[in-house]
Amino acid sequence: MSPRPQNPSVGLFATCLVDLFRPSVGFAAAKLLEDVGCRVALPRGQTCCGQPAYNSGDKANAKRLARRTIAAFRHFDYVVVPSGSCGGMIKTHYPEALADDRKWLPRARAFAEKTYELVSFLHDVMGVRDVKARFEGIAAYHDSCSSLREMGVRVQPRALLASVTGLGLRELPGRDACCGFGGTFCVKYPEISNHMVADKCREIAESGADTVLSGDMGCLMNIAGKLLREGRAIRAYHVAEVLAGVEAAPIGQVKPEAEEATA
Amino acid sequence: MTEMSPLHFKENAIRALGDAELQRALGNMRQGFIEKRTKAAERLPEFDALRDKAKEIKDHVLAHLDLYLEAFEKNCVAGGGTVHWAKDSAQARDIVLNICRLVGAETVTKGKSMVGEEIEINPFLEANGIRPIETDLGEYIIQLRNEPPSHLIAPAIHVNKEQIADAFRQHHRDLSPERPLTDRAALLNEARRALRERFLEADVGITGANFLIAETGSTVIVTNEGNGDLTQTLPRIHIVLASIEKVVPNFDDAATLIRVLARSATGQEMSVYTTVSTGRKRPGDLDGPEQFHVVLIDNGRSKLIGTEFQEVLRCIRCGACLNHCPVYGSVGGHAYGSVYPGPIGKVLTPALQGLENARDLPNASTFCGRCEEVCPMRIPLPKMMRHWREQEYAKRMVAPRVRWALRLWALAARLPSLYHFGARLAAWWLYRRGKKGRGRLAKVPYGEGWTRFRDFPAPLGKTFQSQWRGPRRHRRPSP
Repeated sequence: MSPRPQNPSVGLFATCLVDLFRPSVGFAAAKLLEDVGCRVALPRGQTCCGQPAYNSGDKANAKRLARRTIAAFRHFDYVVVPSGSCGGMIKTHYPEALADDRKWLPRARAFAEKTYELVSFLHDVMGVRDVKARFEGIAAYHDSCSSLREMGVRVQPRALLASVTGLGLRELPGRDACCGFGGTFCVKYPEISNHMVADKCREIAESGADTVLSGDMGCLMNIAGKLLREGRAIRAYHVAEVLAGVEAAPIGQVKPEAEEATA
Repeated sequence: MTEMSPLHFKENAIRALGDAELQRALGNMRQGFIEKRTKAAERLPEFDALRDKAKEIKDHVLAHLDLYLEAFEKNCVAGGGTVHWAKDSAQARDIVLNICRLVGAETVTKGKSMVGEEIEINPFLEANGIRPIETDLGEYIIQLRNEPPSHLIAPAIHVNKEQIADAFRQHHRDLSPERPLTDRAALLNEARRALRERFLEADVGITGANFLIAETGSTVIVTNEGNGDLTQTLPRIHIVLASIEKVVPNFDDAATLIRVLARSATGQEMSVYTTVSTGRKRPGDLDGPEQFHVVLIDNGRSKLIGTEFQEVLRCIRCGACLNHCPVYGSVGGHAYGSVYPGPIGKVLTPALQGLENARDLPNASTFCGRCEEVCPMRIPLPKMMRHWREQEYAKRMVAPRVRWALRLWALAARLPSLYHFGARLAAWWLYRRGKKGRGRLAKVPYGEGWTRFRDFPAPLGKTFQSQWRGPRRHRRPSP
């Protein structure tokens, strides 16, 4: 392993879903990074990685957004993303999308090199092996497809979660299987998506877990939304929230006191 | 009834999701195939290296396809075979019909052939007074049921034992209606007995080809039932239907592909039978056909050479992408409405039938990437589905509403201030609406597809960006 970088500058790519739905994930990510000496910044120029355009066949806009993102983060040693999906877009698909752009292809490649999914960055680059956090519960970790297949994330979150006090981990039998989110897939083919997420939720419940964790907000909103609709008492959190010990209500729920106030 | 056209994918899929028998069959199938493949791959340490080699072989062939096809033709003819070139399905069908007519064929036995399904040879022969009999057990069952296959290597995967018994009772009228048909052995024996008679009375045997060997002009099939051997050795005439990308330089190359094929398909190290056919019966041979015909079928494939879809021609039809696909596993093969279901069909069908006739197929994917992960030929299937989506977008086949939404969003995403303002607005508005729902929404505008089956987690009021840059970056998650 290469030596652990000293106080690297890290651009936090917060992702649209974290920005809009779950700021606590962004703060958790920043805390985890700062705890190991990273200098974290959130460049103003960041918006969306462009994946919705890319996967919808709108390559021109995907390329525009790719160039924008690369420019916005050009000064950082590393770019860290609390999502395998947006991370995979940058790492795998930016060089692919800009393959015929002689000026931007080398930049895209260099950019891909320095971009990491959050938990794998902590584990693989910063050498983190344990965290000082406490979480009471039994959790099933859901591998997002892009984390697993595009970002090489599998052992890292499990290793770090094992160091969380009070937390037990369960493996899902179909852990290689997609939860059915798939970006616009979940609204374009809702019946198929529902079938997939229902399978996933059943497996989570059968595993005996009371909590589901993942590194991607897309999967989490899908799974949490289905768990809530089915009335299952299983909480959903982003893995960063648990690792950072951030106190927040589970995804799609409000804190008990707030709930009482609105009730 | 499932509409056999990719244009009806959505309706077919919904029907399939509600079909309890199909769902049961799919559940069993998935786990079986996935476990078997995983174990087979684990038992062979060099499996991934073999995949690389297999890919290399096919890439080389595709770069020199004309050369190898001509070599195949030359060597096949030298061995006493006849090679026919078919530009499309219609030509291929006519070639087969002509051969059958020249020998006065009334009954034709058939080994399993996907390209035979593709050119719809069976209904064509029937319409011309020739009776085709499928001899692969799965194909035989679906032929009796008058259905297309629902899987590349397990064509009757969607049918259960009771349904098979029903089909047999309906068609094997010479047997006692009272006979018990509850166990697998009884079904198998009955099919075997029925097929034995057909093998003996057939005038022509049609098989597919897993590989064409350029060096020797031979064709190769792999089967598990031995029906292919009886199909091609008993009748006087043997016709091989093969698409042009099946050619490989020599037997060593075929051996490499065979090693990845069975492991990926069924988890076997090899299929039970690997049968090589080289030319017609020679003087002194104990058996073999008097005539050996090979029909080389293009049907749109050569158009893919040199395009971003060329790599799909590496496919060896193992079915691993189907077995591991969560969409195929949810809806089964018939929903795709095309001969090639699953991820491979999502790429191949638009190429063969036109994108306008198969628009849903490349879209109905979460891009989970599992198909590419298990493909022995390392075909980048999700990437190719994306290429089809790019063509769809470029040809303005995407609904204007979707196009405009994408454009507006992309415009905002290029203007960070506008984008962050929009995000703040959305976060606040959805938060307000979610307040009564205790953090979740049962309905959102344009989100009916989501909320019909799931709640929608509501935002917490403020965006991360605005909180981060808020009064002296307090760095506290919103309550």
